[in-house]
Amino acid sequence: MSARNVTDADFEAEVLKSDKPIMVDFWAEWCGPCKAVSPILDRIAEENADKIDIVKLNVDDNPETAMKYGITSIPAMYVFSDGEVKKRIIGAKPKPALESDLAEFLA
Amino acid sequence: MRQVIIVGSGPAAYTAAIYAARADLAPLVIASSVEFGGELMKTTEVENFPGFPEGIMGPELMTKMQEQAERFGAELVYDDVTKLELEGEIKRVHLGSGEVHEALAVIYATGSAYRKLGLADEERLSGYGVSWCATCDGAFFRQKKVAVVGGGDSALEEATFLTRFADTVYLVHRREELRASKAMQERAFADPKIEFLWNQEVAHIYGDEKVTGMGLVSTVDGTETTKDLDGLFVAIGADPRTHLVHGQLELAPEGTVAVRGRSSMTNLEGVFAAGDVVDPSYKQAITAAGSGCVAALDAERYLSELPAELLARAAGTAPQPQPASA
Repeated sequence: MSARNVTDADFEAEVLKSDKPIMVDFWAEWCGPCKAVSPILDRIAEENADKIDIVKLNVDDNPETAMKYGITSIPAMYVFSDGEVKKRIIGAKPKPALESDLAEFLA
Repeated sequence: MRQVIIVGSGPAAYTAAIYAARADLAPLVIASSVEFGGELMKTTEVENFPGFPEGIMGPELMTKMQEQAERFGAELVYDDVTKLELEGEIKRVHLGSGEVHEALAVIYATGSAYRKLGLADEERLSGYGVSWCATCDGAFFRQKKVAVVGGGDSALEEATFLTRFADTVYLVHRREELRASKAMQERAFADPKIEFLWNQEVAHIYGDEKVTGMGLVSTVDGTETTKDLDGLFVAIGADPRTHLVHGQLELAPEGTVAVRGRSSMTNLEGVFAAGDVVDPSYKQAITAAGSGCVAALDAERYLSELPAELLARAAGTAPQPQPASA
């Protein structure tokens, strides 16, 4: 199972109004490290389905949202809760490192 | 237990895997969890790898090498090595997952890691304007001002790539001539968007939430200047990734793993090294691939001279009893 996509159009409904913490993976087709981290995020999402949602946002197709959150480096993984950014993670990292970055949401 | 484990996943590691797999050594390749494919995963067009007259994208080249290794029976694991025990006949490779793999031979081909400027604000602003990967992040700097720090091929390649997006690309170099190849230099000099800042070192990176400027110091007379900026790309070279073998493998004065002559043999029996981690001078995909081949051939020869019962254990089969002679 891989994470579902969100867009500029449904970002508010899907992410900002989400009733549980939700991580947005800002990515692009041409970004090698994004491809590397993607399956790791899928595994984290699967193992923690009750605690956190993980979705993807393609920055080329959805420049408005990427610009609004000042994305200048991808992969960028932002955790939103109650409509606000609660955590920013930049760059592909091994699974244990991501899990420790996300510890407060996975507990 | 395996006959050979290869640590790494760049051109050296995959070439070693292709040769070892074709020699029926069933290599296990520890490809890392997020940096698999190595340096070329972060490049765009590769125009100097023989056999691709039209050029090939770096990530595609690495995927092809990986497929070629797997086709002959190499097995890949996407995990990170946390510890290596290289002394003695049986080597142990510890992974992030906690798994431990054993092998009779290890090929160490971990490449190199980007060098940092070493400035206080570099880490804090990393991902907020400070970047090590123009191909990953360049597109976020449309109509902006960026700087590339460095004077080698990778710095000029990044600067040239960034002109697709940015209005101005400063190239900051601490000397007044470049190490980069002639072809790269000519391309960069001809580019009206690239402005060279010679004999300058970056002393400060400014910005609260994101990069807003840099402070430069002249390497000639110490004069300080500042430039407004949206992005800073660091391309000042790379250091061999030797942290896993410190205290076990001898290093050369340049900091690379020391190998004997033109071979891949390290100071430890059964441990071979290849690619950028042994190469202080050339650092090309094709030279790394060549050295990966050398390592696989060296490992194959080493294994062929080991006692049969050890090899049988590594192949996962008990030694066959000799048929009684008539």
